[in-house]
Amino acid sequence: MLLLGEKIGMTRFFNEEGVNMPVTIVKVGPCVVTQVKSAETDGYAAVQVAFGETKPRRSTRPMIGHDAKAGAAPMRFHREFRVTDEELGEFEVGQTLTAEVFAKFAFVDVSGVSKGKGFQGVMKRHNFAGFEASHGVERKHRSGGSIGGGSANLGTGPKLKKGKRMSGHMGAERVTCRSVGVVKVMPEENLMLVKGPVPGPNGQMLELRTPSRLYKSKARKQREALKG
Amino acid sequence: MNRQAIIEGVVQDQLKTDVPRMDVGDTINVHCRIVEGDKERVQVFQGTLIGRKGGGINESITVRRLVDGSGVERVFPLNSPRVAKYEVVRRADSRRAKLYFLRDRVGKSTRLRDRRRGMKHLAK
Repeated sequence: MLLLGEKIGMTRFFNEEGVNMPVTIVKVGPCVVTQVKSAETDGYAAVQVAFGETKPRRSTRPMIGHDAKAGAAPMRFHREFRVTDEELGEFEVGQTLTAEVFAKFAFVDVSGVSKGKGFQGVMKRHNFAGFEASHGVERKHRSGGSIGGGSANLGTGPKLKKGKRMSGHMGAERVTCRSVGVVKVMPEENLMLVKGPVPGPNGQMLELRTPSRLYKSKARKQREALKG
Repeated sequence: MNRQAIIEGVVQDQLKTDVPRMDVGDTINVHCRIVEGDKERVQVFQGTLIGRKGGGINESITVRRLVDGSGVERVFPLNSPRVAKYEVVRRADSRRAKLYFLRDRVGKSTRLRDRRRGMKHLAK
């Protein structure tokens, strides 16, 4: 299940035990189901959701019509998620999904576009160690060192292997934070508190999914949350 | 609704409303809740308020006291539920916002001027 939201900002939260934890406030939905894709019509089963109203002039005529079929105003973001054929029956066009979806989940996956960092060196971009500040190091303090000979990377030929870690553009790419703890869900306000940071600046569109895969202890917590 | 207003709305019910007026320099009692297993007890930490930092939900206070001749400073998040109560024991006058200079002082020189001069601008 996927819902779209907006990153509001970070603050702190004291839970019942009085533990002070950093949280990110995320505005989740309400999302409108704009299309239900089935194996017969589209070749695969999926649900498309839309989030955030926009002005008609910022949308396109085909998309305005597409949203209108779901009884919705022109929407800014559309994303789809795959479902099994059995789950498909739970969704219908025009249906509204709210943060309540996540009320029983202890964890979610959060995706978004990270903040752009510009052109960065290898120390910031790839966590290289760099060189020493002293002991005879000259003009190479933050350098990445040797990138190897051609043969070391590709066997033969004059070129380096693709993907060699060097300086370059960093950030402004899609990042997924997996198994982010759910602290509090407030469906009336369409808000949700998740533990710790999520990608991107405030105001960023985020995709929140039910957790794809959880490690042992987190999976146990999730089972308990579903029960209770 | 703008984003800042949403954040303030979320933390609103976490803010304490029963915090007394505490100024830097005052001697205060901090009643900490300490949980040991399933039992809970209250421990009082008395010391001089040497600084306040942050605002709203993020505000914290630094309290300094002497224990067996060595200085102990504790930082409390002002709105933490683990603090049961704040009490002002003695008011003092301070011309500074942070009393870090007390760290370098021992004995009589750590005394702060009593708040007599400033009684007028005290709220209560």
